[in-house]
Amino acid sequence: MTATAPDGARSFRWRRRSVLPGFGLSLGYTIVYLSLVVLIPLAGLGIRSASLGWTQFWAIAFDPRVVQALQLSFGAALAAAVINTVFGVLVAWVLVRYRFPGRRWLDAAVDLPFALPTAVAGIALATLYAPNGPFGAILDHWFGIKVGFTPLGVVMALIFVGLPFVVRTVQPVLEEIDRETEEVAATLGARRWRTITRVIFPALLPAILTGFALSFARGVGEYGSVIFIASNLPFQSEIAPLLIVIKLEENNYAGATAIATIMLVISFAMLFVINLLQAWSRKWFGHE
Amino acid sequence: MSETAQTRKVRRAIGEGPATRIVLIMVALVFLGLMLIAPLLVVFVEAFGRGIGVYLQALALPDTMAALQLTLLVAVIAVPANLIFGVAAAWLITKFDFKGKSFLLTLIDLPFAVSPVVSGLIFVLLFGANSALGPWLEDNNIQILYAVPGIVIATIFITFPFIARELIPLMEQQGSSEEEAAVSLGASGWRTFFQVTLPNVKWGLLYGVLLCNARAMGEFGAVSVVSGHIRGLTNTLPLHIEILYNDNKAAAAFAVASLLAMLALVTLAVKTLLEARFAGEIAAQRRH
Amino acid sequence: MRLTIFALAASVALAACGGQSSTGGNEISLLNVSYDPTRELYEEFNADFSATYKTPSGKTVMVNMSHGGSGKQSRSVIDGLPADVVTLALQNDLDVIAKETGKIPTDWRTKLPANSSPYTSTIVFLVRAGNPKNIRDWNDLTLPGVGVITPNPKTSGGARWNYLAAWAYASKQFPGDEAKVKEFVGKLYKNVLKLDSGARGSTVTFTQQGTGDVLITWENEGFLTLQEEDGPKYEMVYPSLSIRAEPPVAVVVGNAEKKGPEQLQAAEDYLKHLYSPAGQRIVAKHFYRPNDPTAADPADVARFKQIEMVTVDDPIFGGWPQAQPKHFDDGGVYDQIFTAR
Repeated sequence: MTATAPDGARSFRWRRRSVLPGFGLSLGYTIVYLSLVVLIPLAGLGIRSASLGWTQFWAIAFDPRVVQALQLSFGAALAAAVINTVFGVLVAWVLVRYRFPGRRWLDAAVDLPFALPTAVAGIALATLYAPNGPFGAILDHWFGIKVGFTPLGVVMALIFVGLPFVVRTVQPVLEEIDRETEEVAATLGARRWRTITRVIFPALLPAILTGFALSFARGVGEYGSVIFIASNLPFQSEIAPLLIVIKLEENNYAGATAIATIMLVISFAMLFVINLLQAWSRKWFGHE
Repeated sequence: MSETAQTRKVRRAIGEGPATRIVLIMVALVFLGLMLIAPLLVVFVEAFGRGIGVYLQALALPDTMAALQLTLLVAVIAVPANLIFGVAAAWLITKFDFKGKSFLLTLIDLPFAVSPVVSGLIFVLLFGANSALGPWLEDNNIQILYAVPGIVIATIFITFPFIARELIPLMEQQGSSEEEAAVSLGASGWRTFFQVTLPNVKWGLLYGVLLCNARAMGEFGAVSVVSGHIRGLTNTLPLHIEILYNDNKAAAAFAVASLLAMLALVTLAVKTLLEARFAGEIAAQRRH
Repeated sequence: MRLTIFALAASVALAACGGQSSTGGNEISLLNVSYDPTRELYEEFNADFSATYKTPSGKTVMVNMSHGGSGKQSRSVIDGLPADVVTLALQNDLDVIAKETGKIPTDWRTKLPANSSPYTSTIVFLVRAGNPKNIRDWNDLTLPGVGVITPNPKTSGGARWNYLAAWAYASKQFPGDEAKVKEFVGKLYKNVLKLDSGARGSTVTFTQQGTGDVLITWENEGFLTLQEEDGPKYEMVYPSLSIRAEPPVAVVVGNAEKKGPEQLQAAEDYLKHLYSPAGQRIVAKHFYRPNDPTAADPADVARFKQIEMVTVDDPIFGGWPQAQPKHFDDGGVYDQIFTAR
């Protein structure tokens, strides 16, 4: 990956002039802190997996069990992120725009998946959705859907851990949206649906994309809650982070870092694409 | 919040019909009920299942107190550190246009994409006895891994992007015209920031701090790798919960977990307080 | 202002770190890094040791505990967790520390009696009350429709004993026919509903979540479960043949030595105390089989059923140094069972 990746800024120079001060300070601070906390430690990961050499690296990457685990982790995270985006935006909308009894409590509960240690969440979900748990039994009996100990359970856990990302990124933007534009659109005779799709949605889009990306990225790496609700059997519901833990137990640091690196590179690429998409959407919808 | 006749009129003009509204609220309630509230109920039911006596006993254990202290200490260091970074990064990204912005943004997101299991691992690779730094640390009797500094560093890494990620979509949505006006009227950069930007982003900042704090206190996976699990010394609340659970003290484990769940109540309190404090200002914003 | 808060926080942190490493003048502290199911055992044993033991210069000894999966604990010690003694689930986990760090002498098994295993245990079944699926022995676990719960051998030490016990039984059924043995164990693992990361996790899956018909577990874990409030909902079944699990202990000489000769002495005496009559009594009380049954309470010893047991040093395994790579390393027999289906 090169440092001169296109970013969508339509500038001829390295940066466009701005009347605002603080570019040097904020850039310097951001880069130094980023390097110390994130980049240097992550470099260690790259170095460890580089010690493998290409043939060994590819052997691990294309091991059927690893491929299956990566597919499950990314697939489940994607499904969970899509569900979270749809319902997360809806929840944010309801929390910001409507007043109903219990709204504040619901609002507060949204942070819960972060505060609750993932293991506790996993145990609670497994209790509910295990084949003989209250929800699991109903789903199994009436619909023949098995959640506990299946890939569906994995998706369920990832919905739980990723939900606050969508709600909490959309919510502040929704709170700040200028009601005036909506009002204007309404008085100009625009239908409500049209106002939503043409006025509100474009303003929300960057936040929605961010929420989706973060929920997705978080889901890919999640371990603590998933191992309680998945069966963890190879080729059934064994997630990639579990394989990393297994390699570590085998004292196979190189193998573990190899899987970690693959996950990191794919996640990074997806986040990068979404960030580009965001920059594009800002321009497209003519936002400043 | 008291509604003026005017806001009510505006809401009617630009809002949805009552039927749509009720349907949306119901969908949100059912979704949150199944995904968030039900697991939360499990936690509280299990916590109080053996009576309030067991509950209070679990909280009063010396190990619980030690874990609580450590958790608070870690949050008190990690959250402000990431707060300063978050504000600097958000200023840089939203107020200036420069090449490589999307790339930088993706680098900031990176810790989300790293599995908690791997987040712990990278610090083991960096500070462990087999690392480049390891022998030097050992000779100088500096214990980073399996001691408080390691736990703090891992937590900072895990919660690194939260505040920045909360502020960026919001500040993007707001644009920089107000700041530009302030600067061109002769205000200094710092003054512009404190008097124009900060009031505008206070909700995003608040969400960011709350989320960052919740995650800092609730993080399990990464901390588990670097903690060493020494009872009464290096166990945070989530690790202590695991220990209690594995001690066959499920009720006590859930009691401590409910303590973390109550962090959501802190969110509620802070928001209510701020809403009351800024009630006039919010109403003004809604009107303008 | 934020900077001052930060500075304040940092100084608090430094103070906390400083406070942590210092120990009082009349007390030294040992760190015992152990595996999961030994919590109750060491809680009582440490109290007994602290109450009765004084170092030659008259100091009392406080013991800090760290519990976790055996393999994970072993790795933490390799990466710098300053353990004075390790009391883990498998010989292999100590061998790795010895090999990678040199902090444990490679001949550690000879330093204490009984291959440095002050207590043993075995692998049993836990079934639901009344034994509705009529599970009596290992072959019942391979029947279709029997839900088996056992932890993941990759992450749990206990799970490796479970696997080896099943392997030992099959080896007696099909002597010399490894393909058949593999098929048997494969059939058993096909019946597994969920692989938890540790023994206690599997117990919870079996009990609280009511999943599965049979739990394969440590004998001590089985007794503990029966002792719980809802214990009457389960029954313990001894298979006709099982394995003698020998959890080993050793002083991490490299770590203890650094803190002075007194520390090393205390660590050695701590482990020796496990072999003393008082230690053996506590061991038996917590459902581990004592080396010296005469020292323990006869009522405690009477709980253990005498069954046929093989050890890992039996020719079918050839000791841990052979069994570990053959069965559990990447691509080993355990992995082949799953890729074969």
